[in-house]
Amino acid sequence: MANQRRRLALSVARKDLRIERRSHVLTAQILPFTLVTMVLFAFALDATSVLQRVAPGLVWLAVLFSMMIVVQRAFAVETADGALDALRSAGADMSGVFFGKFIALVVQLIIVEGALWIAAVLLYGIELRLGGIVLLVTSSISATCGLAAIGTIYGGLASGIQGRESLLPLLVLPVASPVLIGATRSAEAAFGIGGTVASEGWPWLGLLTVFAVAFVVVGSFAFGPLVDD
Amino acid sequence: MSNAGFIIGSYVLTFGAIIGFALRTIRLGRKLADDLDDSEKPWL
Amino acid sequence: MTTITPTTKSSHRGTGTTATRVIGLLATVMCAWLVVFGLILSPADRDQGDAVRIMYVHVPSVWLAYLAFIVTAAGSAIHLFGRRHSLQADRVAGASAEIGVVFMGVTLVSGMLWGRITWGVYWQWDARLTTTALLFVSYIGYLAVRNLDGTREQLARRSAIVGLLAVLEIPLVHWSVKLWRSLHQEATVLGTDLDVSLDGLMLFSLFVGVVAFTLVFVWLLLHRARTMAVVDLAAQRRLDDALIARRREGGN
Repeated sequence: MANQRRRLALSVARKDLRIERRSHVLTAQILPFTLVTMVLFAFALDATSVLQRVAPGLVWLAVLFSMMIVVQRAFAVETADGALDALRSAGADMSGVFFGKFIALVVQLIIVEGALWIAAVLLYGIELRLGGIVLLVTSSISATCGLAAIGTIYGGLASGIQGRESLLPLLVLPVASPVLIGATRSAEAAFGIGGTVASEGWPWLGLLTVFAVAFVVVGSFAFGPLVDD
Repeated sequence: MSNAGFIIGSYVLTFGAIIGFALRTIRLGRKLADDLDDSEKPWL
Repeated sequence: MTTITPTTKSSHRGTGTTATRVIGLLATVMCAWLVVFGLILSPADRDQGDAVRIMYVHVPSVWLAYLAFIVTAAGSAIHLFGRRHSLQADRVAGASAEIGVVFMGVTLVSGMLWGRITWGVYWQWDARLTTTALLFVSYIGYLAVRNLDGTREQLARRSAIVGLLAVLEIPLVHWSVKLWRSLHQEATVLGTDLDVSLDGLMLFSLFVGVVAFTLVFVWLLLHRARTMAVVDLAAQRRLDDALIARRREGGN
């Protein structure tokens, strides 16, 4: 049973990522979009010193906004050809589908985050300390898992429903706020922004990890009934 | 009373919102349930 | 007391019953008391002056808002995990969330007015305030989920899950904001806390407020849940009629 679920999860994830790779939406639309937001943030805030101070927050805001698009796409693909219905009527284990969508989302978000951090270093001139790398990587992964879990839960809920485009941000953004706070603060600590030291980031990593674990566990149970007819 | 505007304003807003919601609920309830016979009302 | 009327139709208007009428009357009386005690009879606070009077509507409304969300969570859990998947529990959850959103909106506004007097600013990024504001938005989202398209059972199950997820959100949001604010030692700049030492009459006024708003909550909950029951009944009837019509066509 567990083996079957893992196979299903991996095949759903592989399928989602293959669709992304073939359609080039991530590389040709979402990444350029996030880079434009980074440039627009610079126009809006106007001063390099301010940009350097708030860079982690801007990066994570851009991640949140691009996540909305990625999640909507991930479920538009499922509902457009009735793939989710087919899986459901075939008696597939829906928690396997949850983990599949979750893994695909994590991979895509990590790519977006990588591009955004590179952009922040290049455009805003922030510098990563050697001691901060571990903190940045671990907290980013935890934050991404948390975001991907809530994205999958609420994306599944809103899939196949009229007007979901506007509903998804309303549902996801309040829940995602602890991730935004935690990820931003730990990234500040990793980059040493505002006189912080790397050790200040570890409590935030704890928060992000608890958040991710809580929503992954809940999501694996709730996803089936949520998308069920 | 100092800051009377703020204090009375908060009372007016609080009770105004509650009364507004109550009126809406009652009106909708009457509109829908007045057509029903008592035997059809599940709460009676 | 009441004479038995041959047609029962006129004995109860709308969604009312004798019980709701009594509760409604009591709630009105208690609210009037609350205004009298809160605005006139209770003394001004030593530190806060008359601003403390906002507390008598602010604190009861925030308590009721959280109570309403607890009821929503309980109703959602009963619907989801109960063997009968009771739609009545779902209606109570939905009605309670609507009332909770009203009370929470009122709480935010009265709290901001109070903050403007005592802190000099409308808003402070304190854990309680921020959690409350995010919760307000979350429950608006919950109500939006309740209004989506879908079968009645589908909607009830979906909204029950969202109602329970919102409960999971509360401690996480509160923890994160608290951790965030503990790094910024700004509380001393803004001075006084909202906590006040309450003497007898102030405590009594607060008590009146809590009782009044609890009665208002119960009254609203009964009426709103009953209205939702009528809506469900009408929808069910339309469905039945359509089925009968379909069968007739099929028979011909």
